[in-house]
Amino acid sequence: MIEFINFYLIPGITLGSIYALGAVGVSMIFGILRFAHFAHGDLMTVGAYGALSAVWVLGVSPWLAMPFAIGFAVIAALCCDRMFYKPLRDLPTIYTVIASFGVALILRSLIQVLWGTESQVYSSGFQKPLVYFDTIRIASRHVQIISATIVITVALHLFLTYSRAGRCMRAVADDASLARVAGIDTDNIIRWTWVIGAALAAVAGVFVGLDTDVHTNLGWNMLLPMFAAALLGGIGKPLGAITGGLIIGVVEECVSYPFFGESLLSPSYKSAVAFVIMIALLLFRPQGLFRGRLL
Amino acid sequence: MSAEGLAFYLIGFLTMGGIYAVLCLALNMQWGFGGLFNAGIAGFYAVGAYTAAILTSAGAASHVGGFDLPIVIGLICAGLLAGITAWGIARVCVRLKADYLAMASIGFAEIIRLVVINEQWLTNGSLGISRIPRPLEMVFSGRQAEIVYVVFVWLLVLLTYVVSQRLSRSPWGLVMRAIRDNDVAADSIGKNVQRFRVEAFVVGSVFMGVAGALSAHYFKFFSPDATEPLLVTFLCWVMLIAGGSGNNRGAIAGALVVWAIWSMTEIITSHLPIEWASRSAYLRMLLIGLFLQVVLQRYRQGLLPERRTTPVQAR
Repeated sequence: MIEFINFYLIPGITLGSIYALGAVGVSMIFGILRFAHFAHGDLMTVGAYGALSAVWVLGVSPWLAMPFAIGFAVIAALCCDRMFYKPLRDLPTIYTVIASFGVALILRSLIQVLWGTESQVYSSGFQKPLVYFDTIRIASRHVQIISATIVITVALHLFLTYSRAGRCMRAVADDASLARVAGIDTDNIIRWTWVIGAALAAVAGVFVGLDTDVHTNLGWNMLLPMFAAALLGGIGKPLGAITGGLIIGVVEECVSYPFFGESLLSPSYKSAVAFVIMIALLLFRPQGLFRGRLL
Repeated sequence: MSAEGLAFYLIGFLTMGGIYAVLCLALNMQWGFGGLFNAGIAGFYAVGAYTAAILTSAGAASHVGGFDLPIVIGLICAGLLAGITAWGIARVCVRLKADYLAMASIGFAEIIRLVVINEQWLTNGSLGISRIPRPLEMVFSGRQAEIVYVVFVWLLVLLTYVVSQRLSRSPWGLVMRAIRDNDVAADSIGKNVQRFRVEAFVVGSVFMGVAGALSAHYFKFFSPDATEPLLVTFLCWVMLIAGGSGNNRGAIAGALVVWAIWSMTEIITSHLPIEWASRSAYLRMLLIGLFLQVVLQRYRQGLLPERRTTPVQAR
């Protein structure tokens, strides 16, 4: 049981936190701009490499490099929106989806050209795990990632509930034309969506780097689990996306636990779990757990 | 470069261009005529390639194989198996709307990729399958074999083109376009929208499998690296949109033009200083990504836009 908590549940929650932060952006963009943003994973990568540069140049810890990560990703997102998505906004959304595939490729190859393709780490060396109650051993990076995610979730909740911009965002996600009639500045809301989505993606990207290593496919590999998380939580529901992310992360890690003496699924098929959940949701419950919107 | 070298460079170019043309025509059947957003091309391509590789290669101790079957049988089985896989996927997925279908089809393609990487007994895992034969290898060798193969590939491009052209002008193709443009209207005049979509998805995927088989025979070696979604799925989409979706000749033209851009940038980037040359592949990807954005914003219709087709006249 202790082994289950130490080696499956805690890493699962950590992975889930990363999916959760990425999925918020996917869910909001899907809800407000009405398209599946296939470049969202690569925004994560941009954030991770932004922090990596700060770590290299300034020699600070990855946590202090976070503003650089966020800055890189937000600028990248706003530029891409302006140059590649906005010109297509009046066309059927399918063109924007195709464009976002291209953007994913542009971002990734830019990173590969500028930073190279070898995987990098923020800091090397072994960290002693923290021990609780003599038996529960948790790597300190996991504690940090999970607690930071809790703080961000609370902040996001407060922003969406009490700030004017946050309430407008939810209004647009619920019913765009009604929101426009009510006098909400949609362009401004779209900007806010990109800023928040990209900032959280950047944080998630840095977390991946802290947990494992930084490489150029980092975000792309997380894209489908993030879609699954956004769908599970309901499209356009940011807090739903966080719940969805945690569930997907935990399930993905726990399927290889030997519950009945033998593991349910070989660890090499771990990532298929998210794909299967996503496909099942698309088919049977596209509105997700929290009644998100349907396309 | 000598004239002979240039000629064989051209033959290599045309072979790969032809394989992409088959893929592109296949995607055109799904997206151009049916409006089905298949983002999992690499999955069907992999099914076809591995089927052909396993059935036609000589024996190997490390994985299933050694059937040594003729290449034509390998090709047919590749198409069939890709089609059966597509039928299973299409049965559950084609009713999804465009974005959702894209997500689901990528999901299935990634699952296929995981199977290919992990099931060592079947595919030899990441080591790949080697000693895959080419047609008429007994008779021709070396550079002659290259010429034979390019002819073989383009015969299959022709076959795919004829099938696609006949289909698009048949009553079936007209219904398919009607569904693409307005599925509710097509449903209301009694067309079985779901069934037509499944059929379009399966027919397209059969040819994707054939394209996979063709590239396995061309490379003579096939590993999971060759099913990289960027090089298969993404490039194929850029080709179809640049060439003109809904137009079969456009699909072939798009495949050749984009493949020409891709190959020519290789020549340019190979002259870069050595520290940049290793990153040249990524520079080319960047260029292709930007090229797609330009096409999407300025030339959405593509090189050869779709034309209103007239049905085949009854005689």
